[in-house]
Amino acid sequence: MKRTIFPNRWLPWLLLAPQLAVTLVFFLWPAGQAVRQSFLREDAFGLKTTFIGLENYAALFRDPQYLNSMQVTAVFSISVAVLSLGMALLLALAVDRMLGSARIYTTLLVWPYAVAPVVAGIMWWFIFNPTIGIMPYVLRQMGYDWNHGLNGNDAMVLVVIAASWKQVSYNFLFFVAGLQAIPASLREAAAIDGAGPVKRFFTITLPLLSPTTFFLLVVTITYTLFDTFPVIHATTEGGPAQSTNILVYKVFNDGFLGLNLGSSAAQSVILMAIVIGLTVIQFRWIERRVEY
Amino acid sequence: MIRTTIRTVTVSSLALIASLSAAQAKTEIQWWHAMGGELGTKLEEIVAGYNASQEEYTVIPSFKGTYPETMTAAIAAFRANEQPAIVQVFEVGTGTMMAAKGAIYPVYELMADMGEPFDPADYLSSVVGYYTDTEGNMLSMPFNSSTPILYYNKDVFEKAGLDRDTAPKTWAEVEEFGTKIMDSGAAPCGFTTGWISWVQLENLSAWHNQPIGTLENGFGGIETELTVNGPVQVKHWENLKTWQDSGLFQYGGPTGGNDAPPKFYAQECAIYMNSSASRAGVVANAKDFEVGYGMLPYYDDVEGAPQNSIIGGATLWVLQGRDEAEYKGVADFFSYLSSAEVQADWHQFSGYLPITQAAWDLSKEQGFYEANPGSDVSIQQMTLNTPTENSKGLRFGNYVQIRTIIDEEFQALLSGQKDAQGALDDLVSRGNVLIREFEAANK
Repeated sequence: MKRTIFPNRWLPWLLLAPQLAVTLVFFLWPAGQAVRQSFLREDAFGLKTTFIGLENYAALFRDPQYLNSMQVTAVFSISVAVLSLGMALLLALAVDRMLGSARIYTTLLVWPYAVAPVVAGIMWWFIFNPTIGIMPYVLRQMGYDWNHGLNGNDAMVLVVIAASWKQVSYNFLFFVAGLQAIPASLREAAAIDGAGPVKRFFTITLPLLSPTTFFLLVVTITYTLFDTFPVIHATTEGGPAQSTNILVYKVFNDGFLGLNLGSSAAQSVILMAIVIGLTVIQFRWIERRVEY
Repeated sequence: MIRTTIRTVTVSSLALIASLSAAQAKTEIQWWHAMGGELGTKLEEIVAGYNASQEEYTVIPSFKGTYPETMTAAIAAFRANEQPAIVQVFEVGTGTMMAAKGAIYPVYELMADMGEPFDPADYLSSVVGYYTDTEGNMLSMPFNSSTPILYYNKDVFEKAGLDRDTAPKTWAEVEEFGTKIMDSGAAPCGFTTGWISWVQLENLSAWHNQPIGTLENGFGGIETELTVNGPVQVKHWENLKTWQDSGLFQYGGPTGGNDAPPKFYAQECAIYMNSSASRAGVVANAKDFEVGYGMLPYYDDVEGAPQNSIIGGATLWVLQGRDEAEYKGVADFFSYLSSAEVQADWHQFSGYLPITQAAWDLSKEQGFYEANPGSDVSIQQMTLNTPTENSKGLRFGNYVQIRTIIDEEFQALLSGQKDAQGALDDLVSRGNVLIREFEAANK
């Protein structure tokens, strides 16, 4: 990387100032507040505050609902990552083989990314609505009684599909770019040596795509941890019986509906730690190991 | 946390703008409410009527979203010292509001301090009982209170060979009628219901004079514990599960049960239990059939049933920390709100209960109940008997979350993960954990 040297010591700080101010006010300060709040027990109105140390955290790890939420989040994140990365790669490979029409397909496939998560959630909610939706009707013809209002697995499938659908577009774009960066000569050389398409994919394309894949994996998991809130809110609201109550939704539920700010703050601190962990892995470990 | 901060910032900047523009002569009173749609329009009409009736005060209503959203917005505003003078809070938030001693201005105190004529005896005790402390002092001003009643499809009843003018009185009859309706092919489902928590657990308990919790359902103190895993509740939930399996009962979803009304409107389910305030919606949507009304069903082998049903809906709480002048206005506005004319108008329009005897009498005088059959079922059911300590209402801390637990355990029952006793036992133990947390935070 090329280093830019500023002649003036203050200019870089000045240029950074607006961004730093935003980060400070909207990220660091609230995050600090969350950490502080997580050590306190407080009534909803903030009239009585007691310092209780780590009791909020201890209570969380004793709470079967919280452990359940962790498990649900793991299942949800992994499913969304696998589904959205897999679909995106498949579509990217298909588009990569196109010559003239690749551009049109790319544009069309990116559209869902422009859809707001809430809208995506509501749309899937309509499609899968047990009373008025088309999918339950089709499934019933096939002998499956779809009801995500009562069946936790159905609900999980629904939110995974709704959350992945949007993310496929984003992942797809990166995969298309990644594929284009692979020199055609490598694949041609392999083809001449007698490697079939499947062999070529697994020995050349996939390894060369690994930096993109790892990057997308981290981005997608971060996405599932935070940005899927509207999808859950618009479809299942964490139900039935907490079977889709992912960590970020529980933070909202306990804090903003239940007004249990201490526990909610402790949960957001844990969530923050998970994401910091993921970011460290991305920067320290993956970036070093993956060949560019 | 990020969201709180953003909200706080917006709220405070909005309030700043509001206070700058309020430098004129009239005292402005902020009222945050959760009435959307037609009810919201009606509410604004009432406020406009008040603002036009006098010169000193202007009440400014602001719609803040759903009940939980309104309540949390007001609490966040209070923490930022930008609270409105009046906030509408739903009945399950009562425990939280009451415990916030330094944050609320009890209505009886407000009226006394401001020298506003106020007689608690004017109000229907079954309505205000929910919002009075153990000494009988009224803490908040009831505004929209309703109680669940039974709606049925007269045409389907007739098609099934039943008497179109007789609503089922007992659960045995609900089962009998429902089976007939399904067997005759008049409708594919017997009954559905909104609000599992409110109708099929809390009201079920009160209606059968069974305790919902210890210490007079929590009225006696925050050391209370839930007791809804008694034999009557267990039997009822067991029945609901059996009926759901046989198709006699169809589940309408958690919280308010959004899927329930369409099932009734589409003539899929012949009987429907929901708030008396749903009446306007039911009448508007029941285009192809005639609607009948009845009281909630009861089990006739339970002694003391039917007792009386309990209310839901919301009341107006006054928050501390505003100017004295504003509180004078609030007291004046409350007198206007509870006047017989305003109350009767609101009651007749919305299906909410009249909160005063005078408003009820006025509605009778005006011939409203004769012209609208079924519109007085709710009041009769509320006032059927003098409320006992089991049927006065309920008051538990963290009850918003406990309501969610009720839905979750009910879903666990319907999906076959637990039996009725197991679901209700788990509900009680999970609920009690939250009540203990609330006790710890409010001691």
